Amino acid sequence: MLKVNNIEVVYSDVILVLRGVSLSVESGQIVALLGANGAGKTTTLKAITGLLRTQQGKVTRGSIELEGRRIDRLSPDGIVRLGVAQVFEARRLFSHLTVEENLLTGMLFRPESLRSPAVRNDLEQVYHFFPRLKDLRRRTAGYLSGGEQQMVAIGRALMARPRLMLLDEPSLGLAPLLVQEIFEIIQRINAESGVSMLLVEQNAAVALQIAHHAYVMETGRIVLDGPAGQLMENADIKEFYLGLTQLGERKSYRDVKHYRRRKRWLG
Amino acid sequence: MNWPLVPQQVMTGILNGGTIALIALGIVLIFKASEVYNFAHGHLVMLGAFLTWWFAGAEERGGELFNLPLWAATLAAVAMAMLLGLAIERFILRPMTGQPVLAIILVTLGLAQFIEGGASILFGAQPKSNFPTPFSPSDVIRIPFPGAFNDTIILKQSLVASFLVAAVASALFILFFQYTKTGLAMRATAENHDVAQGVGIRVSRIFALSWAIAGVIATVGGVLLATVTGVSLNMATVVLIAFPAVLLGGLESFAGAIVGGLIVGLSQALVQASRNIEVRNSAEIVPYILLLIILIVRPEGLFGQKRIERI
Ligand SMILES: Nc1ncnc2c1ncn2[C@@H]1O[C@H](COP(=O)(O)OP(=O)(O)OP(=O)(O)O)[C@@H](O)[C@H]1O
Ligand SMILES: [Mg+2]
Repeated sequence: MLKVNNIEVVYSDVILVLRGVSLSVESGQIVALLGANGAGKTTTLKAITGLLRTQQGKVTRGSIELEGRRIDRLSPDGIVRLGVAQVFEARRLFSHLTVEENLLTGMLFRPESLRSPAVRNDLEQVYHFFPRLKDLRRRTAGYLSGGEQQMVAIGRALMARPRLMLLDEPSLGLAPLLVQEIFEIIQRINAESGVSMLLVEQNAAVALQIAHHAYVMETGRIVLDGPAGQLMENADIKEFYLGLTQLGERKSYRDVKHYRRRKRWLG
Repeated sequence: MNWPLVPQQVMTGILNGGTIALIALGIVLIFKASEVYNFAHGHLVMLGAFLTWWFAGAEERGGELFNLPLWAATLAAVAMAMLLGLAIERFILRPMTGQPVLAIILVTLGLAQFIEGGASILFGAQPKSNFPTPFSPSDVIRIPFPGAFNDTIILKQSLVASFLVAAVASALFILFFQYTKTGLAMRATAENHDVAQGVGIRVSRIFALSWAIAGVIATVGGVLLATVTGVSLNMATVVLIAFPAVLLGGLESFAGAIVGGLIVGLSQALVQASRNIEVRNSAEIVPYILLLIILIVRPEGLFGQKRIERI
Protein backbone atom coordinates (compact mmCIF):
# COMPACT_ATOMS: atom_id res chain seq x y z
CA MET A 1 0.00 0.00 0.00
CA LEU A 2 2.43 2.65 1.26
CA LYS A 3 6.19 2.48 1.00
CA VAL A 4 8.49 5.13 2.40
CA ASN A 5 11.99 4.48 1.08
CA ASN A 6 14.89 5.95 2.97
CA ILE A 7 13.69 9.55 3.00
CA GLU A 8 15.63 12.50 4.25
CA VAL A 9 13.75 15.69 5.15
CA VAL A 10 15.23 19.14 5.56
CA TYR A 11 13.45 22.23 6.87
CA SER A 12 14.47 25.70 5.67
CA ASP A 13 17.29 24.10 3.62
CA VAL A 14 19.44 23.54 6.73
CA ILE A 15 17.60 21.72 9.51
CA LEU A 16 17.95 18.00 8.87
CA VAL A 17 15.05 16.28 10.62
CA LEU A 18 14.64 12.86 8.99
CA ARG A 19 17.86 10.96 8.33
CA GLY A 20 16.80 8.04 6.19
CA VAL A 21 13.39 6.79 7.27
CA SER A 22 11.93 3.67 5.68
CA LEU A 23 8.65 2.06 6.53
CA SER A 24 5.79 0.32 4.82
CA VAL A 25 2.11 -0.19 5.44
CA GLU A 26 0.54 -3.33 3.98
CA SER A 27 -3.00 -3.19 2.70
CA GLY A 28 -5.60 -3.46 5.48
CA GLN A 29 -3.07 -3.15 8.28
CA ILE A 30 -2.71 -0.79 11.19
CA VAL A 31 0.92 0.23 11.47
CA ALA A 32 2.06 2.19 14.52
CA LEU A 33 4.85 4.75 14.38
CA LEU A 34 6.08 5.38 17.93
CA GLY A 35 8.55 7.89 19.25
CA ALA A 36 9.17 10.73 21.66
CA ASN A 37 8.62 14.45 21.18
CA GLY A 38 10.60 15.78 18.27
CA ALA A 39 11.53 12.35 16.91
CA GLY A 40 10.12 13.32 13.51
CA LYS A 41 6.81 11.43 13.46
CA THR A 42 4.69 14.36 12.31
CA THR A 43 7.37 15.29 9.80
CA THR A 44 7.15 11.78 8.34
CA LEU A 45 3.39 12.21 7.91
CA LYS A 46 3.85 15.63 6.33
CA ALA A 47 6.29 14.14 3.87
CA ILE A 48 3.63 11.60 2.87
CA THR A 49 0.79 14.14 2.56
CA GLY A 50 2.86 16.73 0.71
CA LEU A 51 2.16 19.34 3.38
CA LEU A 52 5.88 19.77 4.05
CA ARG A 53 6.16 22.31 1.30
CA THR A 54 3.88 24.83 2.99
CA GLN A 55 6.34 24.85 5.89
CA GLN A 56 9.60 25.24 4.02
CA GLY A 57 10.28 21.52 4.30
CA LYS A 58 11.62 19.28 1.54
CA VAL A 59 12.20 15.60 0.90
CA THR A 60 15.83 15.73 -0.19
CA ARG A 61 16.47 12.01 -0.61
CA GLY A 62 14.50 8.80 -1.00
CA SER A 63 11.02 8.25 -2.36
CA ILE A 64 7.45 7.65 -1.26
CA GLU A 65 5.20 5.25 -3.13
CA LEU A 66 1.50 4.61 -2.87
CA GLU A 67 0.56 1.32 -4.50
CA GLY A 68 3.70 1.44 -6.60
CA ARG A 69 3.17 5.01 -7.72
CA ARG A 70 5.53 7.77 -6.62
CA ILE A 71 3.70 10.49 -4.73
CA ASP A 72 6.51 12.58 -3.31
CA ARG A 73 6.22 15.15 -6.08
CA LEU A 74 2.43 15.52 -5.95
CA SER A 75 0.51 18.42 -4.43
CA PRO A 76 -1.35 17.83 -1.14
CA ASP A 77 -4.76 17.83 -2.80
CA GLY A 78 -3.49 15.40 -5.45
CA ILE A 79 -2.41 13.02 -2.70
CA VAL A 80 -5.79 13.30 -0.96
CA ARG A 81 -7.40 12.46 -4.30
CA LEU A 82 -5.39 9.24 -4.42
CA GLY A 83 -7.10 8.14 -1.23
CA VAL A 84 -4.83 9.32 1.57
CA ALA A 85 -6.70 11.12 4.36
CA GLN A 86 -5.20 12.39 7.55
CA VAL A 87 -6.23 13.11 11.09
CA PHE A 88 -4.11 16.05 12.10
CA GLU A 89 -2.08 16.34 15.27
CA ALA A 90 -4.15 18.26 17.83
CA ARG A 91 -7.24 17.67 15.64
CA ARG A 92 -7.23 21.02 13.84
CA LEU A 93 -10.95 21.30 13.17
CA PHE A 94 -12.48 24.29 11.43
CA SER A 95 -13.58 25.68 14.75
CA HIS A 96 -16.26 28.09 13.51
CA LEU A 97 -17.99 25.49 11.35
CA THR A 98 -20.52 23.05 12.75
CA VAL A 99 -19.71 19.42 13.39
CA GLU A 100 -21.51 18.28 10.25
CA GLU A 101 -19.89 20.99 8.15
CA ASN A 102 -16.51 19.85 9.44
CA LEU A 103 -17.31 16.29 8.44
CA LEU A 104 -18.43 17.47 5.01
CA THR A 105 -15.15 19.32 4.41
CA GLY A 106 -13.60 15.87 4.21
CA MET A 107 -15.50 15.10 0.98
CA LEU A 108 -15.22 18.46 -0.77
CA PHE A 109 -12.67 17.13 -3.24
CA ARG A 110 -15.05 14.38 -4.33
CA PRO A 111 -17.36 15.01 -7.30
CA GLU A 112 -20.63 14.29 -5.46
CA SER A 113 -22.81 17.12 -4.20
CA LEU A 114 -23.21 17.85 -0.49
CA ARG A 115 -26.71 16.42 -0.44
CA SER A 116 -26.17 13.39 -2.65
CA PRO A 117 -27.29 10.01 -1.28
CA ALA A 118 -23.70 8.75 -1.33
CA VAL A 119 -22.56 11.59 0.91
CA ARG A 120 -25.56 11.25 3.24
CA ASN A 121 -24.69 7.60 3.47
CA ASP A 122 -21.10 8.36 4.38
CA LEU A 123 -22.29 10.75 7.09
CA GLU A 124 -24.48 7.99 8.50
CA GLN A 125 -21.44 5.74 8.44
CA VAL A 126 -19.52 8.28 10.55
CA TYR A 127 -22.45 8.55 12.97
CA HIS A 128 -22.52 4.77 13.12
CA PHE A 129 -18.95 4.76 14.44
CA PHE A 130 -19.45 7.87 16.60
CA PRO A 131 -23.12 7.93 17.67
CA ARG A 132 -22.43 10.91 19.94
CA LEU A 133 -21.66 13.11 16.95
CA LYS A 134 -25.15 12.72 15.56
CA ASP A 135 -26.64 14.71 18.43
CA LEU A 136 -23.86 17.26 18.22
CA ARG A 137 -24.01 17.76 14.48
CA ARG A 138 -25.35 21.32 14.51
CA ARG A 139 -22.93 22.47 17.23
CA THR A 140 -19.97 24.73 16.60
CA ALA A 141 -16.94 22.47 16.49
CA GLY A 142 -14.66 24.80 18.43
CA TYR A 143 -16.69 24.38 21.60
CA LEU A 144 -16.70 20.58 21.70
CA SER A 145 -14.67 18.68 24.26
CA GLY A 146 -11.29 17.34 23.22
CA GLY A 147 -12.64 13.81 22.82
CA GLU A 148 -15.58 14.92 20.72
CA GLN A 149 -13.24 16.98 18.57
CA GLN A 150 -11.06 13.92 18.02
CA MET A 151 -14.12 12.01 16.86
CA VAL A 152 -14.94 14.77 14.38
CA ALA A 153 -11.34 14.78 13.15
CA ILE A 154 -11.46 11.03 12.50
CA GLY A 155 -14.93 11.35 10.95
CA ARG A 156 -13.73 14.10 8.64
CA ALA A 157 -10.97 11.82 7.37
CA LEU A 158 -13.48 8.99 6.87
CA MET A 159 -15.61 11.26 4.67
CA ALA A 160 -12.80 11.15 2.12
CA ARG A 161 -13.45 7.40 1.69
CA PRO A 162 -9.71 6.88 2.11
CA ARG A 163 -7.71 3.79 1.32
CA LEU A 164 -5.02 4.93 3.71
CA MET A 165 -5.61 6.93 6.86
CA LEU A 166 -2.80 8.76 8.65
CA LEU A 167 -3.55 9.43 12.31
CA ASP A 168 -1.31 11.78 14.27
CA GLU A 169 -1.52 11.16 18.03
CA PRO A 170 -5.26 10.60 18.40
CA SER A 171 -4.70 10.07 22.15
CA LEU A 172 -3.28 13.55 22.67
CA GLY A 173 -4.74 15.22 25.73
CA LEU A 174 -7.50 12.68 26.28
CA ALA A 175 -8.37 10.90 29.52
CA PRO A 176 -7.28 7.23 29.57
CA LEU A 177 -10.83 5.88 29.37
CA LEU A 178 -11.59 8.02 26.34
CA VAL A 179 -8.32 6.93 24.75
CA GLN A 180 -9.47 3.33 25.10
CA GLU A 181 -12.84 4.15 23.54
CA ILE A 182 -11.34 5.99 20.59
CA PHE A 183 -8.77 3.32 19.91
CA GLU A 184 -11.42 0.63 19.94
CA ILE A 185 -13.34 2.61 17.35
CA ILE A 186 -10.20 3.07 15.25
CA GLN A 187 -9.77 -0.69 15.34
CA ARG A 188 -13.39 -1.23 14.31
CA ILE A 189 -13.06 1.22 11.42
CA ASN A 190 -10.03 -0.70 10.22
CA ALA A 191 -11.79 -4.04 10.58
CA GLU A 192 -15.14 -3.01 9.08
CA SER A 193 -14.03 -0.79 6.22
CA GLY A 194 -10.63 -2.30 5.51
CA VAL A 195 -8.86 1.05 5.39
CA SER A 196 -5.12 0.82 6.02
CA MET A 197 -3.77 3.01 8.79
CA LEU A 198 -0.51 4.60 9.77
CA LEU A 199 -0.92 5.51 13.42
CA VAL A 200 1.53 7.92 15.03
CA GLU A 201 1.55 7.66 18.82
CA GLN A 202 3.49 8.41 21.95
CA ASN A 203 1.19 6.19 23.93
CA ALA A 204 2.84 2.90 22.97
CA ALA A 205 0.60 0.80 25.17
CA VAL A 206 -2.67 1.54 23.41
CA ALA A 207 -1.10 1.80 19.98
CA LEU A 208 0.50 -1.63 20.21
CA GLN A 209 -2.81 -3.11 21.36
CA ILE A 210 -4.47 -2.39 18.04
CA ALA A 211 -1.51 -2.28 15.62
CA HIS A 212 -0.36 -5.18 13.48
CA HIS A 213 3.12 -3.85 13.01
CA ALA A 214 5.09 -1.05 14.65
CA TYR A 215 8.12 1.15 14.09
CA VAL A 216 9.98 3.05 16.78
CA MET A 217 11.56 6.33 15.83
CA GLU A 218 14.29 8.32 17.54
CA THR A 219 15.81 11.59 16.36
CA GLY A 220 14.91 11.16 12.74
CA ARG A 221 15.68 7.46 12.40
CA ILE A 222 13.80 4.20 12.74
CA VAL A 223 15.57 2.36 15.55
CA LEU A 224 13.32 -0.66 15.96
CA ASP A 225 10.51 -2.38 14.13
CA GLY A 226 8.55 -5.59 14.19
CA PRO A 227 5.12 -7.16 14.63
CA ALA A 228 3.25 -5.37 17.41
CA GLY A 229 3.08 -8.48 19.60
CA GLN A 230 6.81 -8.93 19.39
CA LEU A 231 7.51 -5.30 20.24
CA MET A 232 5.33 -5.59 23.31
CA GLU A 233 7.72 -8.25 24.58
CA ASN A 234 10.78 -6.16 23.82
CA ALA A 235 12.74 -5.24 26.92
CA ASP A 236 13.19 -1.57 26.06
CA ILE A 237 9.54 -1.13 25.31
CA LYS A 238 8.62 -2.94 28.50
CA GLU A 239 10.56 -0.36 30.37
CA PHE A 240 8.34 2.39 28.98
CA TYR A 241 5.44 0.19 29.80
CA LEU A 242 6.43 0.17 33.41
CA GLY A 243 6.46 3.92 33.37
CA LEU A 244 3.14 3.93 31.62
CA THR A 245 1.43 1.47 33.90
CA GLN A 246 2.51 3.38 36.92
CA LEU A 247 1.07 6.57 35.53
CA GLY A 248 -1.87 4.79 33.98
CA GLU A 249 -3.07 3.76 37.40
CA ARG A 250 -3.52 7.34 38.43
CA LYS A 251 -6.59 7.92 36.37
CA SER A 252 -7.67 11.15 37.97
CA TYR A 253 -4.42 12.70 36.97
CA ARG A 254 -4.95 16.10 35.46
CA ASP A 255 -1.66 17.86 35.76
CA VAL A 256 -0.40 18.94 32.37
CA LYS A 257 3.23 18.91 33.42
CA HIS A 258 3.04 15.31 34.42
CA TYR A 259 1.30 14.52 31.20
CA ARG A 260 4.16 16.06 29.29
CA ARG A 261 6.67 14.16 31.37
CA ARG A 262 4.91 10.94 30.56
CA LYS A 263 5.07 11.86 26.91
CA ARG A 264 8.84 11.96 27.06
CA TRP A 265 9.20 8.26 27.70
CA LEU A 266 11.43 7.54 24.76
CA GLY A 267 13.66 10.58 24.80
CA MET B 1 -32.71 68.26 14.88
CA ASN B 2 -35.20 69.06 12.21
CA TRP B 3 -37.71 66.39 13.24
CA PRO B 4 -40.03 66.46 10.21
CA LEU B 5 -37.00 65.53 8.07
CA VAL B 6 -36.13 62.47 10.14
CA PRO B 7 -38.52 59.90 8.58
CA GLN B 8 -37.34 60.91 5.12
CA GLN B 9 -33.70 60.65 6.11
CA VAL B 10 -34.16 57.29 7.81
CA MET B 11 -35.57 55.82 4.61
CA THR B 12 -32.96 57.43 2.38
CA GLY B 13 -30.21 56.31 4.75
CA ILE B 14 -31.30 52.69 4.75
CA LEU B 15 -31.64 52.66 0.97
CA ASN B 16 -28.16 54.16 0.58
CA GLY B 17 -26.91 51.64 3.10
CA GLY B 18 -27.85 48.75 0.81
CA THR B 19 -25.22 49.59 -1.76
CA ILE B 20 -22.64 50.36 0.93
CA ALA B 21 -23.37 46.96 2.45
CA LEU B 22 -22.85 45.20 -0.88
CA ILE B 23 -19.52 46.96 -1.35
CA ALA B 24 -18.50 46.11 2.21
CA LEU B 25 -19.32 42.45 1.51
CA GLY B 26 -16.70 42.36 -1.24
CA ILE B 27 -14.04 43.65 1.15
CA VAL B 28 -15.02 41.14 3.83
CA LEU B 29 -14.93 38.31 1.28
CA ILE B 30 -11.31 38.95 0.37
CA PHE B 31 -10.34 39.53 3.97
CA LYS B 32 -11.91 36.27 5.10
CA ALA B 33 -10.32 34.26 2.31
CA SER B 34 -6.82 35.62 2.57
CA GLU B 35 -6.55 38.11 5.44
CA VAL B 36 -5.79 40.84 2.95
CA TYR B 37 -7.58 44.14 3.33
CA ASN B 38 -8.20 45.05 -0.27
CA PHE B 39 -7.73 48.78 -0.59
CA ALA B 40 -8.41 48.49 -4.32
CA HIS B 41 -12.00 47.38 -3.85
CA GLY B 42 -13.39 50.87 -4.37
CA HIS B 43 -11.46 51.05 -7.60
CA LEU B 44 -13.00 47.80 -8.75
CA VAL B 45 -16.39 49.40 -8.03
CA MET B 46 -15.43 52.44 -10.09
CA LEU B 47 -14.00 50.33 -12.91
CA GLY B 48 -17.14 48.19 -12.99
CA ALA B 49 -19.28 51.29 -13.43
CA PHE B 50 -17.02 52.63 -16.19
CA LEU B 51 -16.98 49.30 -18.01
CA THR B 52 -20.77 49.14 -17.90
CA TRP B 53 -21.00 52.71 -19.15
CA TRP B 54 -18.56 51.84 -21.92
CA PHE B 55 -20.36 48.66 -23.01
CA ALA B 56 -23.60 50.62 -23.00
CA GLY B 57 -22.18 52.95 -25.67
CA ALA B 58 -19.79 55.74 -24.72
CA GLU B 59 -21.42 58.23 -27.04
CA GLU B 60 -19.57 61.14 -25.52
CA ARG B 61 -16.47 60.16 -27.43
CA GLY B 62 -18.34 59.23 -30.56
CA GLY B 63 -16.26 56.10 -30.88
CA GLU B 64 -18.53 53.54 -29.30
CA LEU B 65 -17.80 49.92 -30.07
CA PHE B 66 -20.86 48.60 -28.30
CA ASN B 67 -24.32 49.86 -27.72
CA LEU B 68 -25.76 47.34 -25.33
CA PRO B 69 -28.84 47.81 -23.18
CA LEU B 70 -28.03 48.35 -19.50
CA TRP B 71 -28.59 44.75 -18.41
CA ALA B 72 -26.35 43.38 -21.16
CA ALA B 73 -23.71 46.02 -20.54
CA THR B 74 -23.75 45.08 -16.85
CA LEU B 75 -23.35 41.41 -17.71
CA ALA B 76 -20.44 42.19 -20.02
CA ALA B 77 -18.80 44.34 -17.33
CA VAL B 78 -19.37 41.61 -14.75
CA ALA B 79 -17.62 39.12 -17.03
CA MET B 80 -14.69 41.50 -17.48
CA ALA B 81 -14.49 42.13 -13.74
CA MET B 82 -14.46 38.41 -13.09
CA LEU B 83 -11.51 37.96 -15.45
CA LEU B 84 -9.77 40.94 -13.90
CA GLY B 85 -10.30 39.46 -10.43
CA LEU B 86 -8.78 36.17 -11.59
CA ALA B 87 -5.84 38.02 -13.15
CA ILE B 88 -5.24 40.05 -9.99
CA GLU B 89 -5.09 36.89 -7.93
CA ARG B 90 -2.92 34.99 -10.40
CA PHE B 91 -0.39 37.64 -11.35
CA ILE B 92 -0.30 40.01 -8.39
CA LEU B 93 -1.30 38.19 -5.22
CA ARG B 94 -0.15 34.63 -5.84
CA PRO B 95 3.46 35.70 -6.45
CA MET B 96 3.22 37.55 -3.11
CA THR B 97 2.32 34.38 -1.17
CA GLY B 98 4.37 34.16 1.98
CA GLN B 99 5.25 37.85 2.00
CA PRO B 100 4.35 39.95 5.04
CA VAL B 101 0.72 41.05 5.15
CA LEU B 102 1.80 44.69 5.11
CA ALA B 103 3.55 44.18 1.78
CA ILE B 104 0.43 42.59 0.33
CA ILE B 105 -1.74 45.44 1.57
CA LEU B 106 0.61 47.94 -0.04
CA VAL B 107 0.29 45.99 -3.26
CA THR B 108 -3.48 46.50 -3.17
CA LEU B 109 -2.86 50.23 -2.75
CA GLY B 110 -0.61 50.12 -5.79
CA LEU B 111 -3.28 48.21 -7.67
CA ALA B 112 -5.77 50.95 -6.80
CA GLN B 113 -3.48 53.56 -8.35
CA PHE B 114 -2.98 51.37 -11.39
CA ILE B 115 -6.73 50.99 -11.95
CA GLU B 116 -7.28 54.70 -11.45
CA GLY B 117 -4.58 55.56 -13.99
CA GLY B 118 -5.83 52.94 -16.43
CA ALA B 119 -9.42 54.12 -16.17
CA SER B 120 -8.54 57.76 -16.69
CA ILE B 121 -6.51 56.89 -19.80
CA LEU B 122 -9.17 54.61 -21.25
CA PHE B 123 -12.26 56.56 -20.33
CA GLY B 124 -11.03 60.09 -19.66
CA ALA B 125 -10.85 61.80 -16.31
CA GLN B 126 -14.12 63.70 -16.73
CA PRO B 127 -17.19 62.54 -14.77
CA LYS B 128 -19.82 61.05 -17.09
CA SER B 129 -23.35 62.26 -16.71
CA ASN B 130 -24.77 59.96 -19.35
CA PHE B 131 -24.85 56.69 -17.47
CA PRO B 132 -27.75 54.76 -19.01
CA THR B 133 -29.96 54.67 -15.93
CA PRO B 134 -33.51 53.47 -16.49
CA PHE B 135 -34.72 56.18 -14.11
CA SER B 136 -34.84 59.94 -14.40
CA PRO B 137 -34.26 62.05 -11.28
CA SER B 138 -37.93 63.02 -11.30
CA ASP B 139 -39.08 59.40 -11.00
CA VAL B 140 -40.02 59.28 -7.35
CA ILE B 141 -42.20 57.27 -5.04
CA ARG B 142 -44.32 59.25 -2.58
CA ILE B 143 -45.27 57.57 0.66
CA PRO B 144 -47.80 59.34 2.89
CA PHE B 145 -46.30 59.70 6.35
CA PRO B 146 -48.07 61.93 8.85
CA GLY B 147 -45.61 64.08 10.76
CA ALA B 148 -42.98 64.03 8.06
CA PHE B 149 -42.21 67.13 6.02
CA ASN B 150 -45.31 67.75 3.87
CA ASP B 151 -46.67 64.53 5.38
CA THR B 152 -44.89 62.50 2.72
CA ILE B 153 -41.66 60.65 2.28
CA ILE B 154 -40.20 61.01 -1.19
CA LEU B 155 -37.91 58.28 -2.46
CA LYS B 156 -36.05 58.30 -5.75
CA GLN B 157 -36.97 55.24 -7.78
CA SER B 158 -33.34 54.73 -8.70
CA LEU B 159 -32.46 54.53 -5.03
CA VAL B 160 -35.25 52.08 -4.25
CA ALA B 161 -34.27 49.91 -7.20
CA SER B 162 -30.60 49.91 -6.27
CA PHE B 163 -31.47 48.94 -2.73
CA LEU B 164 -33.56 46.02 -3.94
CA VAL B 165 -30.83 44.80 -6.26
CA ALA B 166 -28.24 45.15 -3.48
CA ALA B 167 -30.49 43.20 -1.13
CA VAL B 168 -31.02 40.39 -3.63
CA ALA B 169 -27.30 40.26 -4.49
CA SER B 170 -26.33 40.14 -0.81
CA ALA B 171 -28.87 37.42 -0.10
CA LEU B 172 -27.65 35.29 -3.02
CA PHE B 173 -24.10 35.80 -1.88
CA ILE B 174 -24.84 34.65 1.65
CA LEU B 175 -26.92 31.67 0.55
CA PHE B 176 -24.07 30.65 -1.72
CA PHE B 177 -21.65 30.71 1.19
CA GLN B 178 -23.91 28.94 3.58
CA TYR B 179 -25.31 26.18 1.43
CA THR B 180 -23.12 25.31 -1.54
CA LYS B 181 -20.16 23.01 -1.70
CA THR B 182 -17.89 25.78 -2.97
CA GLY B 183 -19.18 28.07 -0.24
CA LEU B 184 -18.23 25.49 2.37
CA ALA B 185 -14.78 25.12 0.79
CA MET B 186 -14.39 28.90 0.98
CA ARG B 187 -15.42 29.02 4.62
CA ALA B 188 -13.04 26.19 5.50
CA THR B 189 -10.22 27.89 3.65
CA ALA B 190 -10.96 31.14 5.46
CA GLU B 191 -10.35 29.40 8.76
CA ASN B 192 -7.13 27.61 8.03
CA HIS B 193 -5.25 27.37 4.75
CA ASP B 194 -3.04 24.45 5.77
CA VAL B 195 -5.81 22.27 7.07
CA ALA B 196 -7.98 23.15 4.07
CA GLN B 197 -5.17 21.94 1.84
CA GLY B 198 -4.81 18.87 4.00
CA VAL B 199 -8.42 17.82 3.40
CA GLY B 200 -7.92 18.18 -0.34
CA ILE B 201 -9.27 21.67 -1.03
CA ARG B 202 -7.41 23.46 -3.83
CA VAL B 203 -6.70 26.57 -1.85
CA SER B 204 -5.26 28.59 -4.72
CA ARG B 205 -8.47 28.02 -6.67
CA ILE B 206 -10.48 29.24 -3.74
CA PHE B 207 -8.42 32.45 -3.64
CA ALA B 208 -8.89 32.94 -7.37
CA LEU B 209 -12.60 32.37 -7.03
CA SER B 210 -12.81 34.85 -4.14
CA TRP B 211 -11.24 37.55 -6.29
CA ALA B 212 -13.53 36.72 -9.20
CA ILE B 213 -16.59 37.02 -6.97
CA ALA B 214 -15.23 40.22 -5.42
CA GLY B 215 -14.88 41.63 -8.95
CA VAL B 216 -18.45 40.66 -9.73
CA ILE B 217 -20.07 42.19 -6.69
CA ALA B 218 -17.90 45.29 -6.96
CA THR B 219 -19.22 45.77 -10.48
CA VAL B 220 -22.81 45.31 -9.39
CA GLY B 221 -22.18 47.83 -6.61
CA GLY B 222 -20.63 50.22 -9.14
CA VAL B 223 -23.65 50.02 -11.43
CA LEU B 224 -25.98 50.65 -8.50
CA LEU B 225 -23.98 53.67 -7.38
CA ALA B 226 -23.81 54.96 -10.93
CA THR B 227 -27.57 54.82 -11.42
CA VAL B 228 -27.88 57.12 -8.43
CA THR B 229 -24.85 59.39 -8.76
CA GLY B 230 -23.40 58.97 -12.27
CA VAL B 231 -19.93 57.68 -13.21
CA SER B 232 -16.65 59.28 -12.19
CA LEU B 233 -13.17 58.37 -11.03
CA ASN B 234 -14.22 59.70 -7.64
CA MET B 235 -16.53 56.75 -7.14
CA ALA B 236 -13.57 54.84 -5.79
CA THR B 237 -13.75 56.94 -2.63
CA VAL B 238 -16.84 54.92 -1.73
CA VAL B 239 -14.37 52.67 0.09
CA LEU B 240 -13.94 55.44 2.61
CA ILE B 241 -17.59 54.91 3.50
CA ALA B 242 -17.41 51.13 3.21
CA PHE B 243 -14.35 50.99 5.46
CA PRO B 244 -16.19 51.92 8.67
CA ALA B 245 -19.03 49.62 7.60
CA VAL B 246 -16.61 46.70 7.31
CA LEU B 247 -14.98 47.43 10.66
CA LEU B 248 -18.28 48.11 12.41
CA GLY B 249 -19.38 44.65 11.38
CA GLY B 250 -16.15 43.09 12.53
CA LEU B 251 -14.12 42.49 9.32
CA GLU B 252 -14.89 38.79 9.02
CA SER B 253 -18.65 38.69 9.20
CA PHE B 254 -20.95 38.95 6.20
CA ALA B 255 -23.93 39.72 8.40
CA GLY B 256 -21.78 42.34 10.10
CA ALA B 257 -20.91 43.96 6.76
CA ILE B 258 -24.59 44.25 5.89
CA VAL B 259 -25.59 45.70 9.24
CA GLY B 260 -22.50 47.93 9.17
CA GLY B 261 -23.46 49.21 5.71
CA LEU B 262 -26.97 50.04 6.85
CA ILE B 263 -25.71 51.78 9.99
CA VAL B 264 -23.28 53.88 7.97
CA GLY B 265 -25.96 54.85 5.43
CA LEU B 266 -28.38 55.67 8.20
CA SER B 267 -25.98 57.72 10.29
CA GLN B 268 -24.88 59.76 7.30
CA ALA B 269 -28.43 60.52 6.29
CA LEU B 270 -29.62 61.33 9.80
CA VAL B 271 -26.89 63.92 10.19
CA GLN B 272 -28.47 65.72 7.26
CA ALA B 273 -31.60 66.23 9.32
CA SER B 274 -29.71 68.49 11.69
CA ARG B 275 -30.46 72.22 11.77
CA ASN B 276 -26.81 72.93 12.37
CA ILE B 277 -24.81 73.39 9.17
CA GLU B 278 -21.58 72.30 10.87
CA VAL B 279 -23.18 69.02 11.80
CA ARG B 280 -24.62 68.55 8.31
CA ASN B 281 -21.18 69.07 6.84
CA SER B 282 -19.71 66.39 9.04
CA ALA B 283 -21.59 63.55 7.31
CA GLU B 284 -18.32 62.09 6.06
CA ILE B 285 -16.81 61.60 9.50
CA VAL B 286 -19.89 60.55 11.43
CA PRO B 287 -19.46 56.85 10.56
CA TYR B 288 -15.89 57.06 11.84
CA ILE B 289 -16.99 58.58 15.11
CA LEU B 290 -19.54 55.78 15.49
CA LEU B 291 -16.85 53.27 14.59
CA LEU B 292 -14.59 54.65 17.28
CA ILE B 293 -17.28 54.35 19.92
CA ILE B 294 -18.28 50.84 18.93
CA LEU B 295 -14.71 49.57 18.76
CA ILE B 296 -14.02 50.91 22.24
CA VAL B 297 -16.99 48.99 23.58
CA ARG B 298 -16.58 45.88 21.39
CA PRO B 299 -13.07 45.60 19.96
CA GLU B 300 -14.07 42.67 17.72
CA GLY B 301 -16.82 44.74 16.06
CA LEU B 302 -20.54 44.16 16.23
CA PHE B 303 -20.44 40.71 14.65
CA GLY B 304 -16.74 39.90 14.80
CA GLN B 305 -15.81 36.29 15.38
CA LYS B 306 -14.42 35.80 18.80
CA ARG B 307 -11.39 33.59 18.53
CA ILE B 308 -12.42 30.22 19.81
CA GLU B 309 -9.72 29.08 22.15
CA ARG B 310 -10.08 26.05 24.32
CA ILE B 311 -7.16 25.69 26.62
N1 LIG C 1 8.67 23.87 10.06
C1 LIG C 1 9.76 23.47 10.75
N2 LIG C 1 10.92 24.15 10.64
C2 LIG C 1 12.01 23.74 11.33
N3 LIG C 1 12.05 22.69 12.15
C3 LIG C 1 10.93 21.96 12.30
C4 LIG C 1 9.73 22.32 11.62
N4 LIG C 1 8.78 21.43 11.96
C5 LIG C 1 9.37 20.56 12.81
N5 LIG C 1 10.66 20.88 13.02
C6 LIG C 1 11.60 20.16 13.88
O1 LIG C 1 11.68 18.83 13.45
C7 LIG C 1 11.79 17.94 14.54
C8 LIG C 1 10.72 16.86 14.43
O2 LIG C 1 9.44 17.46 14.57
P1 LIG C 1 8.11 16.61 14.46
O3 LIG C 1 6.99 17.56 14.59
O4 LIG C 1 8.16 15.77 13.27
O5 LIG C 1 8.20 15.71 15.77
P2 LIG C 1 7.17 14.67 16.36
O6 LIG C 1 7.85 13.36 16.40
O7 LIG C 1 5.89 14.73 15.64
O8 LIG C 1 7.00 15.22 17.83
P3 LIG C 1 5.70 15.32 18.76
O9 LIG C 1 5.48 13.98 19.35
O10 LIG C 1 6.08 16.32 19.80
O11 LIG C 1 4.57 15.78 17.90
C9 LIG C 1 11.69 18.77 15.78
O12 LIG C 1 12.97 18.96 16.29
C10 LIG C 1 11.13 20.09 15.32
O13 LIG C 1 11.63 21.15 16.06
MG1 LIG D 1 4.03 15.35 16.14
